[in-house]
Amino acid sequence: MNFLRKSLDNIKKPFGKGEKYERFAPAINAFDTFLFVPNHTTNKGAHVRDAVDLKRTMVTVIIALLPALIYGIYNTGYQYFIQTGEAFTFLDAFIHGAWKIVPMIAVSYIVGLTIEFIFAIYRGHEVNEGYLVTGLLIPMIMPVDIPLWMVAISVAFAVLIAKEAFGGTGMNILNPALTARAFAFFAYPTYMSGNKVWVSEASNVDAISGETILGSLAAGNNVNYSFFEMFQGAIPGSIAETSTLWVAVGALILIFTGVGSWRIIVGGIGGAAIMGFLFNLWGANALMSFDWMNHLVVGGFAFGIVFMATDPVSAAQTNKGKWIYGILVGIFCILIRVFNPAYPEGVMLAILLMNVFAPTIDHYVVEGNINRRKKRWAAAQLKTA
Amino acid sequence: MSKDIRIRKGFNLSLEGEANKILVDTHQSKTFALKPDDFFYTTPKLLVKEGEKVQKGSPLFFSKQNPRIHFVSPVGGEVTAIVRGAKRKILEIVITQDEAQGSVKHEIPSLESLEQEQLKEVLLKAGAWPFISQRPYGTIAQPEDTPKAIFVSSFTTAPLDVDYDFLLKNNKAEFQKGIDVLAKLAEVTLTADGNFKGFFEKVNNANVVGIKGQHPAGNVGVQIHHLNPVNAGERVWVVNPEDVANIGALFLTGEFSAQRTVAVVGSSVKNPQYYKTTIGASVASLLQQSNLDDAQPNRLINGDVLTGTATSLGGYLSYYNNLFSVIPEGNHYRMFGWLPFVDNKIPSMSKTSLSWIFGKRKAKVDTNLNGEERALVVTGEMEKVFPMDIYPMQLIKSCMIEDVERMEVLGIYEVVPQDFALIDYSSTSKLEAQEIIRRGVELMIKEEG
Repeated sequence: MNFLRKSLDNIKKPFGKGEKYERFAPAINAFDTFLFVPNHTTNKGAHVRDAVDLKRTMVTVIIALLPALIYGIYNTGYQYFIQTGEAFTFLDAFIHGAWKIVPMIAVSYIVGLTIEFIFAIYRGHEVNEGYLVTGLLIPMIMPVDIPLWMVAISVAFAVLIAKEAFGGTGMNILNPALTARAFAFFAYPTYMSGNKVWVSEASNVDAISGETILGSLAAGNNVNYSFFEMFQGAIPGSIAETSTLWVAVGALILIFTGVGSWRIIVGGIGGAAIMGFLFNLWGANALMSFDWMNHLVVGGFAFGIVFMATDPVSAAQTNKGKWIYGILVGIFCILIRVFNPAYPEGVMLAILLMNVFAPTIDHYVVEGNINRRKKRWAAAQLKTA
Repeated sequence: MSKDIRIRKGFNLSLEGEANKILVDTHQSKTFALKPDDFFYTTPKLLVKEGEKVQKGSPLFFSKQNPRIHFVSPVGGEVTAIVRGAKRKILEIVITQDEAQGSVKHEIPSLESLEQEQLKEVLLKAGAWPFISQRPYGTIAQPEDTPKAIFVSSFTTAPLDVDYDFLLKNNKAEFQKGIDVLAKLAEVTLTADGNFKGFFEKVNNANVVGIKGQHPAGNVGVQIHHLNPVNAGERVWVVNPEDVANIGALFLTGEFSAQRTVAVVGSSVKNPQYYKTTIGASVASLLQQSNLDDAQPNRLINGDVLTGTATSLGGYLSYYNNLFSVIPEGNHYRMFGWLPFVDNKIPSMSKTSLSWIFGKRKAKVDTNLNGEERALVVTGEMEKVFPMDIYPMQLIKSCMIEDVERMEVLGIYEVVPQDFALIDYSSTSKLEAQEIIRRGVELMIKEEG
């Protein structure tokens, strides 16, 4: 360890203060602090600090994403092989999935981190860890058969327009990963809907077609999956969204570590359940009578509410606001699914919509606090008068 | 007697090196110093020159903001140095003690016959006025104001903080006298540990309230917020328990009392205990008997590890603090220290560490930042350690953008930087919240004029 530390210090020398490559220090620091927590000591403020930092927080999210990702990789192969009718083992399915998905993750990280590093050097601040999560989320919510160049363009759009244009990490209004998904969805609509993209190789092999459950419901077809199948996740869909079971494991990790807001998750599930139940009572079309429990386990709802809606930067920031925000995400998700069959996937639009309204929600919550203080002041004045 | 209250949010940072309940006299310090920086938002105007002889209790400087407020010498002797920093700012006024100089004697009329204004005049003249600070802002109180209450908090929750019931065991009479004096100025609320009030329970002339809860429940600002909140334009005065005794001693003896009992604590101190010394004593005299573990570089802190100011062996004790902490410096690297659930010996409020299972009950901490400063990303963590009906992150952000009107409505009147110490501590983004609030409060004072 000492040897490694010394060689790192040697490599870093030309990037030091006043040295030749000082401007590029954020780039080398990003690698250095990945290996070692730096020797920085407190200067102002409290002399001792908690062990938690942004790296630790972001890595916790990645750990929470892993169960859904691993299942998503397996499911990619599984969907492919049951369509082609070939015999396969678990390992075959996993390798097929990894062969499709690992390149997507690599493209996402390479494109996104390149932009992040350039902006960090340009702005003269350290590289923030937020993209470690965003970069993994983006491939996880894409259809598996999407070409890599579309992933690259979506990533570039999301990082540049949704994040850096607003000032970088912590300043963005919209969730960058969802912005990437929305960009792909609206820029390549013929490609991103229908039945030719959700299963691996579907665009090349005629025999393969796989429609998402919400897609076939919107088209007026029946669903042939049981609740348990949908919960367990062996269904077509975006890569990591299909298994509510493994998303729930991630949710438990996020809630237990306190990294994801339980208020948003519980609020979102509650909002969607109530909305789904009300539509069940109404029951005017196939989507309305789709059982409210099933609404919670199909499509991207679970993944969205656990990993997207809880993004602390684009969500509401006050505790009360988080409840309102979560419940509204749930309500709007089901509303969009039911009333707008052109967009069978409501959760993406519902979260982006609420991202935009989150500051407004917070504004009214904080305003309530301010009014309480003003009232107290008025009461005190009345007493002395 | 009011009802006891419990404060529900917060976090006790339980550290190694708590002071044993032993009270000893320090080796006599030869030099003493007053540091104008100890008095928030006070610009000193000197009244003495280098080489001048002073008595204990003779004024050294007054406040440019309010010339009635004098700061007096804690000992008799000779002014041997006036240490200046950048832009000739006065950092220290050093006095070399010489008992022969004696002390200033004051005529103290009987308390019953004194009007409020006369009482204030006695305190101002004797140099005991700086013992009284105020909310809002945490500056020295203005003698022209009429406070709606005076708060004395004997309940402490800061890491390794002192036990005032023990610390004042030889000064009970002075303490009672001090309360009697303050009660003539405004109603006195004396807060004490809700589980064990000690001798404070029997103090007369004060409204004794028990407080329960974790840090920062011991912060007097938090207690004021829950018991008698400060609204715009109102004033609440605050006095430290030992300074209540110092005020009492002035009225009993007619001499300025500068007694300071200090607990020297922290994991680098081999025998942490209480020392009886004087305001402004040299750090070296204080640490002579403490038996420091100097196998590694240490940080010497005037105050507790969350809010104190760093000093050195050549430095001096600050004016107000009863606590002196010594902990190891943390300028070392930790390989892959950012992985969740590793390095669990570092105490953490976050469940991304297993310190709540595997950490020691009394932890050893150093000054490592445990990460790097980052953009504000995580939300909701500040609220967990901020037991006031105020939105801390919104207030911090309004201070950052210097929006005075917003700061005002968000509750800047009720807070001082120390109330944000745990936010500093627990921040994922390593935010310097205390520093931001300090600048915000300074801006408020400037704007008000």
